Amino acid sequence: MKFGVVVFPGSNCDHDAFYAIGNILKKPVEFIWHQSQDLANCDAIVLPGGFAYGDYLRTGAIARFSPVMKSVSKFANGGGMVLGVCNGFQILLEAGLLPGAMMRNSGLRFICRHVHIRVEQTDTPFTNAATKGQILKIPIAHSDGNYTCDEATLAELEKNRQVVFRYTTPDGTDDAAGNPNGSTANIAGICNRERNVAGLMPHPERAVESALDSADGLVIFRSMVEALVGAAKATA
Amino acid sequence: MATAPTEIKVTPEIAAEHGLTAEEYARVKQILGREPNITELGIFSVMWSEHCSYKSSKVHLKRLPTRGKLVVQGPGENAGVVDIGDGLVAAFKIESHNHPSYVEPFQGATTGVGGILRDIFTMGARPVAVLDSLRFGPIIAGNGISEEEAAKNRRILDGVIRGVANYGNCFGVPTVGGEVGFEPCYSQNPLVNALALGIAKKEDIFFAKAKGSGNPVIYVGAKTGRDGIHGASLLASAEFTEESQQKRPNVQVGDPFTEKLLLEACLEAMQTGAVVAIQDMGAAGLTCSTTEMASRGGTGIEIDLAKVPQRESGMTPYEIMLSESQERMLLVAEDGREREVLDVFKKWGLDAVVVGEVTDGGLLRVRDRGKLAAEIPAHPLAEEGPVYKRPIAQPPLRKETPADWFHFSVEGTNLNENFAKLLGSPAIASKRWITEQYDTSVRTNTLAGPGASDAAVIRIKDPETGMVKRALALATDGNGRWCELNPRVGAMHAVAEAARNVAASGARPMAATNCLNFGSPEKPGVMWQFSEAIDGLTVACNVLGTPITGGNVSFYNETLGKSIYPTPVIGVLGILEDASRVLKIGFREEGDAIVLLDGATSVVGAQHAAPLLGTQREFSSSEYSKTIAGIVAGEPPAIDLGAEKRLQECLVSLAASGAVRSAHDVSDGGIAVTLAESCFAAASQGAKGPLGAKVNLPEEASAAEYALFGERGARAIVSVPPTSLAAVLKTARQCGVTAHQIGQVIVGDAFRIEHKGSAVIDISVGTLYDTWAHSLERTLKG
Repeated sequence: MKFGVVVFPGSNCDHDAFYAIGNILKKPVEFIWHQSQDLANCDAIVLPGGFAYGDYLRTGAIARFSPVMKSVSKFANGGGMVLGVCNGFQILLEAGLLPGAMMRNSGLRFICRHVHIRVEQTDTPFTNAATKGQILKIPIAHSDGNYTCDEATLAELEKNRQVVFRYTTPDGTDDAAGNPNGSTANIAGICNRERNVAGLMPHPERAVESALDSADGLVIFRSMVEALVGAAKATA
Repeated sequence: MATAPTEIKVTPEIAAEHGLTAEEYARVKQILGREPNITELGIFSVMWSEHCSYKSSKVHLKRLPTRGKLVVQGPGENAGVVDIGDGLVAAFKIESHNHPSYVEPFQGATTGVGGILRDIFTMGARPVAVLDSLRFGPIIAGNGISEEEAAKNRRILDGVIRGVANYGNCFGVPTVGGEVGFEPCYSQNPLVNALALGIAKKEDIFFAKAKGSGNPVIYVGAKTGRDGIHGASLLASAEFTEESQQKRPNVQVGDPFTEKLLLEACLEAMQTGAVVAIQDMGAAGLTCSTTEMASRGGTGIEIDLAKVPQRESGMTPYEIMLSESQERMLLVAEDGREREVLDVFKKWGLDAVVVGEVTDGGLLRVRDRGKLAAEIPAHPLAEEGPVYKRPIAQPPLRKETPADWFHFSVEGTNLNENFAKLLGSPAIASKRWITEQYDTSVRTNTLAGPGASDAAVIRIKDPETGMVKRALALATDGNGRWCELNPRVGAMHAVAEAARNVAASGARPMAATNCLNFGSPEKPGVMWQFSEAIDGLTVACNVLGTPITGGNVSFYNETLGKSIYPTPVIGVLGILEDASRVLKIGFREEGDAIVLLDGATSVVGAQHAAPLLGTQREFSSSEYSKTIAGIVAGEPPAIDLGAEKRLQECLVSLAASGAVRSAHDVSDGGIAVTLAESCFAAASQGAKGPLGAKVNLPEEASAAEYALFGERGARAIVSVPPTSLAAVLKTARQCGVTAHQIGQVIVGDAFRIEHKGSAVIDISVGTLYDTWAHSLERTLKG
């Protein structure tokens, strides 16, 4: 089992994802350079947060054209596990691996704080170790996290149970008070129809130790490990 | 002037336009043995500007203590460096970007942050935290402030906050603390002081000394444009006039994305072992980096400007040498190994070009397509600039009578309303609306972000193994109002409070950095303030064991002849031996004892402040006096550095023993504000439900307001589980600190403080919280 963390120019949560997987989860992990098309036989790919290529145009708009994304798309289309966090989520949207788009936060400002998200689906490789309805306390840090999509797409997402995480209040209410950025239907994270590609705006890699106020993000990485172990067993 | 062609013949008038005095110009001619050409004049003018040469402050700065057991590098390099154990060092420094932030708040603030970050990674250290010490004019109209002025101040604040946020967030360094203050004197001259901290292995530290004749000099990073020409000399080294808005083109433009690439590329290039020296191009750009590297290394440098990557065509040597385009570095590589260095920068998509070489003979030689454009001895240019012993004159003593001072309310007055007003005032209200715009948790080291503890606390991951043992604590402080009333005592308080904040997080203060914001050095009264402040800093840093390892001086903070309050801002760094022992400010458990620790010996304070000063006079300099009565007068509280030292030792011991559950120092707004903030923080710091407090204040003073809101230093409030109370009292006794149980943490919403047997504050925590938590947002969102 090996995780790969992609490094775009301007990625700044790459070290944090690497640390969470390597030092906290103690699983093999390596960096993958954006100009490489070789995913180094990784079993799961993480697109980390940051400001890839500066994000001066539109978040993720340039990154989707980088050489590594050709391989990531191929990997994802072949059923490979891909998690996009924050900027990584934005890149997955731009690359068309996930539906929808990001707008500026409704308050038009960068927001960094702990938020609460509810696990909506547990039959994904990113949440299989969580319980349905579990509330996770995880920080956000973004300017452009206001998820939007047209009504038909939203209906599809709901019908196919692709909304994996929703912003809520600490007690689990998904109303406006629990929505930090104006996202449609309080969406914090989604997966594709095949469930092997997921993106979320909150940073699970920043919530993996109680010393950092929350270890709730670990469940996402643990789920990925369990899914990989399960997959390995199935092929064995 | 920005487009001055090389052919212009230099005259004394042109020299004067460049800010050089007749004597300075004569000295230029003496050093050169001839008339300078226009490029050379430009080079001298920026190197000898106040901003770069410290010509007015040098004679005073010498008095500051700069040595210590743990100091690896003191002032004179890009940043100070201290030993933090296990083969690691911390590089840290604070710098001002005041003038640009007034002219163009967003870009001024971004480039301030960008500049200080470069100073840190130039040393080979990876930046792990940024703090910002900010001062603005009032953001609420009233008390002589018009709505127009308040609105302008809100716009400046908004631009600065967005700028700070934009740069740090994109670069990927957490902005974890600092302070924000408001006084009318900052309306025309806000202060933006940015502090950065980095960590490196001790053997990986780099210095800016050009060595080895024949070694290639490499330019890396962003291209050079016409932005920021004379930023250091014309913008930072002169006061503002009505025409200052025209200086907007002198402000540089920041690009945090390029800086992030530059960071990664520089650290990677340093690992090749082929880098000999490196310096960032900040103030005075290519001029300063070439001159200082050569001067420090005792060598010369020769460059050809035709090789410098340029953003615009037709730039003259004058413009290229003086440009302050951001995100650029100059480095010296080992001869024959330049390819290794260039390849790293190519990988990161950055320009990297050999522009010249290190030479013998000590000359800075600048060519333009081979043709000589400037030739100046580097050492005299860098080190033998003018040094002034400016005239000093103490302003006439203020004639104050008790009638000018704050009048205490009659005994038994209910002070709830005043208390709520104080908590809602911009200086004391929660800064969450601001700090939530900063990424505070990137790099996953933040053990205590803004407001969680008295200091920002960052854990130290071993760069190779990722193992965590220790943590670093950082706090900034500087009370301009107190320095205006008494610069020496005010400066001592700045050190004492920053160090106290660090100790209240559990860390032992170890070193300091300073940013000295003052008016025009050409005014004897300002120089008196400066000299007094230096004396105050010197004494305080000596007693508290925090040598000054670097920083900067910002003069000419005045507009239309009116100076700001003298505002020395001090950043203190401390080390926490066990990262799991961070102390935060929030109460945690019902039934815990609330204990007031006081470094002043004997009965809590009774013999300390009163005989020296008189409570009425001292209280007139408090935040409460200013907010409630509009009175700024008297003197700052007398300071007892021995008491501060004892209190800090006590806090560090208590944190190490794990005997206290929270700690919060007594500062702006006094004990009442300290207690309220400890209640507010409870919910987010692990308390099971809402907590309040029931307190009976010691009768140290006759007036309840003095007891509640007095700001005498050397005090902190800790909460202690009943089972640890005896141990805490014992530790305090051993440290020579008075510990006084003044109350108890209670479950629920009540907040009640009694003084002399009657309740002077009795109000719900929820009511107080609402005004404290939301007032800044309500003011700024409007």
